[in-house]
Amino acid sequence: MEIVVCIRRAPTTDARIKPAADGKNYEPAGINYDISEYDKFAIEAAIQLKEKHTGKVTVLCMGSKEATKEVRTAIAMGCDAAELLVDEAFRDSWATASALAARLKSLPHDIVLFGWNSVDNQSASTGQMVAELLGLPSVSVAVSMEVADGAAQIERLAAGGKREKYYIKLPAVVTCQKGLNKYRSPNMKGIMAAKKTVVAETPANAPADGVAVLRLQPPPPRADGKIVGKGADAVNELVRLLREEAKVI
Amino acid sequence: MAKYESPDFFNLDELLSEDDRNVRDTVRDFVDDNVMPIIEDCYEKGEFPKAIIPKLGELGVLGANLPEEFGCAGMNNVAYGLINQELERGDSGVRSFASVQSALVMYPIYAYGSDDQKKKWLPELAAARIIGCFGLTEPDFGSNPSGMITRAKKDGKEWVLNGAKMWITNGNLSDIGVVWAKTGDSDDPKSIRGFVVEKGMPGYDVREQKKKLSLRASNTSELFFTDVRVPEENMLPKAEGLKGPLGCLTQARFGIAWGALGAAMACYDTAKNYAAERIVFGKPLSAHQTTQHKLQKMLTEITKGQLMAWRLAKLKDEGKMTHFQVSMSKMNNVGIALEIARVAREMLGANGIMLEYHVARHMANLESVKTYEGTNDVHSLAIGQYITGHSAFA
Repeated sequence: MEIVVCIRRAPTTDARIKPAADGKNYEPAGINYDISEYDKFAIEAAIQLKEKHTGKVTVLCMGSKEATKEVRTAIAMGCDAAELLVDEAFRDSWATASALAARLKSLPHDIVLFGWNSVDNQSASTGQMVAELLGLPSVSVAVSMEVADGAAQIERLAAGGKREKYYIKLPAVVTCQKGLNKYRSPNMKGIMAAKKTVVAETPANAPADGVAVLRLQPPPPRADGKIVGKGADAVNELVRLLREEAKVI
Repeated sequence: MAKYESPDFFNLDELLSEDDRNVRDTVRDFVDDNVMPIIEDCYEKGEFPKAIIPKLGELGVLGANLPEEFGCAGMNNVAYGLINQELERGDSGVRSFASVQSALVMYPIYAYGSDDQKKKWLPELAAARIIGCFGLTEPDFGSNPSGMITRAKKDGKEWVLNGAKMWITNGNLSDIGVVWAKTGDSDDPKSIRGFVVEKGMPGYDVREQKKKLSLRASNTSELFFTDVRVPEENMLPKAEGLKGPLGCLTQARFGIAWGALGAAMACYDTAKNYAAERIVFGKPLSAHQTTQHKLQKMLTEITKGQLMAWRLAKLKDEGKMTHFQVSMSKMNNVGIALEIARVAREMLGANGIMLEYHVARHMANLESVKTYEGTNDVHSLAIGQYITGHSAFA
């Protein structure tokens, strides 16, 4: 089985993001990078598919040369081969999806896996764009997946916490959500294997971005909480406010 | 409690390769996920966290600097040192487990064993499918192992072992023990040889030593040998005299020199965060001069220790490391770690004695770490001998 997993280098989930002086990007100083969190579920899904069905997992990443580190981490986790489509700029989903789809046209794939969302851009659209560009079926936000006989049975998380079940023929694109699996950490042998793996680098040749960032600003500070009273007497008022004002129950 | 951050005042990360950093971060995450959630309970109960044993094998940290052909990771010694550092950030007992398996069981089999012994034991030990211990210290012979009483006498194609060992880490968990015994007269340390003794051999008994106030999350045992018949093929063919066990101890002390830094950095990190949050006389503890003096002293000593450990690893990789340098590094880094743990405990006041804050646990552990694998006095004498040319041991 030919499995391709597409990953992105992104700030770690505990990074404190601040707008840079230009107001359009984030300040890179003090930011640590890692494989974008949800992509790790895709990597794990890919490795599990390989373990079950045999085959090969190729990591495909568009990003700066520094993303070699994240690509090697994916190898250390258990992927077999790696390609980096080099683009030093911070690119949007359209540019990324276009470059990935162009490469995938000549890269064998029975299934292409993504994280459902990147922790930096958060557009949650790259996987679906790639599917569209390649003319493949896709299911996003997968929380369970079984592959057999050239097809996949997938459950996805839909609005309101509902689960939807899909059957799709392979080749297909699937984007992965937390809950699909528990991703493994690299082990020492994996790290040594990754060290020896040649990461093929080619220019991404991505088209211009489809999205222009006009301004990046932090969210407004959270408003102070409201104390509605003390003890049992306050419960009715609290419930009323949660229902009528906050509209959360 | 805030997520652990290790200090890097001299940009030491720039001296580490990407792989070294990856190893460190991977083991750090492992400790966060697998050690920190359970270590308080294990320590309180006086139990080694056995659940992590297969996970350590899976992670590949056991004998990580030994060659890949034996199922190991074949890592450099900076990476191996960082593994020890991160494990001991969790607990000295966890690092001790890995240290003993790697440096005192796998290393002697690798360095002094036959090809058959290496093929038989090393992959199993690397994967933690079997656990080992190291039997050198005896009830009456610690710093002077040449006086050991345990004897091995040849009888046909077997060696017959009699004697006892004490303070043996992993003893009660072990499937095999690398045990050192005299094969000649009691006053002949040159006759010391190493044997792989297997659990279940008649006459081989192990008893756990309980009621410890230090290294409570580590298994410490006594080993007893009463006419234990060990087949000839279980003797390590390439180790003769005290050089054999001392060569292993050099490997283990190397790991301790790095490991102690992990405990020191954990205490520093806890003390720094606590001082920033604790308000005393209307301002944070960290805004007081006395606190700042303590924190700077901690950071200075950690930084010196980090640089020493890094250089030691580089010398080891180049084949230039001497046991004198290892003595200095072990002595210094454990010494500063213990002092940092004590000061951190003091800075945290009453909270400092609670398991929840970890510093008292590290402090109590480090009292043992300072003494085992060569007391500070012994290391001091080794360095003294290097400087003066005079041996002051006897």
